[in-house]
Amino acid sequence: MGNSRRSFLKVAGITALGIGTKPVLDVFASSGGNGAEPKPEVSQNEEALTAKKWGMVIDTRKFNSAEDLDPIIEACHKIHNVPELPEPRHKIMWLWEDEYKHAFTHREHELVNDRIKHLPFLVLCNHCEKPACVRACPTKATFKRDDGIVLMDFHRCIGCRFCMAACPYGSRSFNFRDPRPFIKEENKEFPTRMKGVVEKCNFCAERLAVGKMPACVEASNGAITFGDLDDSESEVRELLRTNYTIRRKPDLGAGPSVYYIV
Amino acid sequence: MYDKNKIVTGLVIFVAIVTFPFWYNLGKAIPAPEPKLSEKAKAAKECVVPKVDMKQEHMQILDLWRDTVVRDANRVYKTGKGKTFNMSLSTGEDSCMGCHENKAEFCDKCHNYASVDPYCWDCHIAPKEKKPEENK
Repeated sequence: MGNSRRSFLKVAGITALGIGTKPVLDVFASSGGNGAEPKPEVSQNEEALTAKKWGMVIDTRKFNSAEDLDPIIEACHKIHNVPELPEPRHKIMWLWEDEYKHAFTHREHELVNDRIKHLPFLVLCNHCEKPACVRACPTKATFKRDDGIVLMDFHRCIGCRFCMAACPYGSRSFNFRDPRPFIKEENKEFPTRMKGVVEKCNFCAERLAVGKMPACVEASNGAITFGDLDDSESEVRELLRTNYTIRRKPDLGAGPSVYYIV
Repeated sequence: MYDKNKIVTGLVIFVAIVTFPFWYNLGKAIPAPEPKLSEKAKAAKECVVPKVDMKQEHMQILDLWRDTVVRDANRVYKTGKGKTFNMSLSTGEDSCMGCHENKAEFCDKCHNYASVDPYCWDCHIAPKEKKPEENK
């Protein structure tokens, strides 16, 4: 019996080890992929529209006055729950109109022809090839998708407005106040925004995902064309091939994806 | 011990005051609420993952989903059993709220009890609550 304590401790130690490892082994045994169910998968909608590089061509020859643009702007703002704020400084704009001299600052001269001088131009986020806003965003709330769309993740926006300072086109608006009371008719298919986030045109990413063209394209009666700039057979490329087009401030090197036929 | 009586009396009063909230609320604990499933959710029987996991992990799932949808443009979720869901909180028939139609009964009940205040509904539009008489 001289070594009974020693042998007891040995046995007790091994037992404790055995008990301790059992749950670990059980976990290993159950995670070995012998479950009958396959793993859940995520995918795109089957009818989703896809492209290598989305782009837009706006045929300004088909517009004569601001009245022609209003239904297009309204269609966009309505489906995206863009509020109508009474205070001009707080205005939220995804798609709006501007004069030639403001939209195309580097092309403007005082003797530009009468039609162009007084024609309202539709302007929106240009979904640049090298977007300055994306580089400026400290939280990666703004990012560029593989298909060229510069998109915002409103969840991540902290409202620092660096992107607004960076964007050379003024395409971004900030929610200085809660937009909800100023939305006439809420579209349940799209969220609103909250106070303190920036917003802008998203090329209707949510509509493309279900196989629909952007709202402005549908509302424009053929004046706006949307398609794949990387596909030489696409409608936008055909328009670019056969018409003279201009872009806003191309010399800044951002590479805008919105083209204007003048 | 000097002043034994005074010290003991003081201690008793002190302990009584400190423990007051505990014995005052004894037996009055509000039972944890059960989220009430809508008729539609009951009929569907299964959610995107089993109920137990949903209870524990719905916030992680929602967080993962919003990145998947916004960043990768993947909007369809297919479960192991082959059922598909629209990966959306509040839009469409087979989104979260498309099935769990009543925010007050399904979300708020537990969130209020656990004193969590998620900011989902600052932007997402909650389904219209049915008036009480319609529910009856």
